[in-house]
Amino acid sequence: MALAKRETRVERRDASAKEGSQAKRLPVISMVLLALTFAGMMISIWMVFIYAPTDAIEGDAQRIFYFHLPSAIIGMLAFAIVAVGGVVYLWKKDERWDWAARAAAEVGAVFLTFALITGSIWGRTTWGTWWTWDARLTTTLILWFIYIGYLMLRSYMGRSEAGARAGAVLAIIGLIDVPIIYESVNWWRTLHPQAVLPIGSSPQLPPEMLLTLLVAFVTFTLLFSLLLMQLYQLEKMQTLAQRLRASVEV
Amino acid sequence: MMFLEQVMAILWKDVRSEWRSKQMWTGMGLFAILVLVIFNFAFDLRVDNKAAVAPGALWVAFVFASMLGLGRTIAVEREKGTMDRLLLCPVDRKAVYLAKLLGNMLFIGVVEIVALPIFAVLFDVPLFFGPLLPIVLLGTLGIAAVGTLFAAMAAATRARELLLPILVFPLIVPVVIAAVRATGTLLVPAANEPPWLGLMAAFDVIFLSVSMLTFEYIVDE
Repeated sequence: MALAKRETRVERRDASAKEGSQAKRLPVISMVLLALTFAGMMISIWMVFIYAPTDAIEGDAQRIFYFHLPSAIIGMLAFAIVAVGGVVYLWKKDERWDWAARAAAEVGAVFLTFALITGSIWGRTTWGTWWTWDARLTTTLILWFIYIGYLMLRSYMGRSEAGARAGAVLAIIGLIDVPIIYESVNWWRTLHPQAVLPIGSSPQLPPEMLLTLLVAFVTFTLLFSLLLMQLYQLEKMQTLAQRLRASVEV
Repeated sequence: MMFLEQVMAILWKDVRSEWRSKQMWTGMGLFAILVLVIFNFAFDLRVDNKAAVAPGALWVAFVFASMLGLGRTIAVEREKGTMDRLLLCPVDRKAVYLAKLLGNMLFIGVVEIVALPIFAVLFDVPLFFGPLLPIVLLGTLGIAAVGTLFAAMAAATRARELLLPILVFPLIVPVVIAAVRATGTLLVPAANEPPWLGLMAAFDVIFLSVSMLTFEYIVDE
């Protein structure tokens, strides 16, 4: 004898019809961002590989630069977002700022990792070395470690107020420290003049290259915003889920 | 109680409890000396490169020993449960931080005083104790200022001994650079050196203030 289903199809339909009045709203902003990012990325790829002229000195390898520079700058600015989110969280005790900070840290860390890897590859092809201890690279590497430390701390302390506060303090200290690190490495470098590499020397870029760089910049910013938004929502839902679970498991 | 009295009271408690067991001092001291010995095998120390390697070896030994010490002072408090009782008292959190900081500096300072002569002997470098003092003082203050704050943070996690160096090492890079270079200048005087002591002093002032102000957010529940 077949066992009757606990919930018949009719009941299920009625239940969803009731919910339907508060129909799930489409995430319009995310969808728009996704569409813009996709379009931007497609345009960027075309511009980087086809539109932009080949660099006279470095050749085709120079094209890494269009991906490398935006992600490096955004990776660094994301840390400012983490720190600012932390400060406002400590001040206002509104956990949404902490969600934003944590999301920014995750996305920023990914962007910075990408920047370090692409920078290293670019360095290898252009200067013949995978790494050099100049101020910019060293500071970027240290910032990467601070990011990872932040993520580890947040992960180890769990989704709690203590974890949020600890993360905020780490981000504040990190933000204040980064300029000091940069300057101290600069001073240290003046004593050990290692291979003088043309890092950051920006010769006049022809307008096509400048335009490509600008478009790549806008695309990466859109990508960052898109990912930030998704991770923010994820943080929000994870926090709410944790609370629900806690209220149920009594 | 006045602020300073609070600091002294907590500091005296820590010093007395450590004096009775003397566990950390001996442990940290031996660890620092062992690091120096390992460095002898890590770098082939001949006369010409000794001056280049010696300051680095010294400060690596200090930094590693500090990590041990910083982790332990706060961990001991947690294990014995005295941290909660301390926080229950209406004591200014800044006073707690300052007391912990001074205690840590004292512990690390004792280790350094012991390690320095041994360093001079093992590495066969002249020991300029006078000029070395401000460098060691400022450097230790920098490491301890950041380290005390993060020790309190990491103590709440299970992997506290692992997490503390991961958090602290990137942040104390300026202090390490300045301390090693300043010590190196003592051994091999150089011209046109950047003001390392000034950098360390600025670092100490900045991070002492920031840590004092943010300590309450870490430690209060």
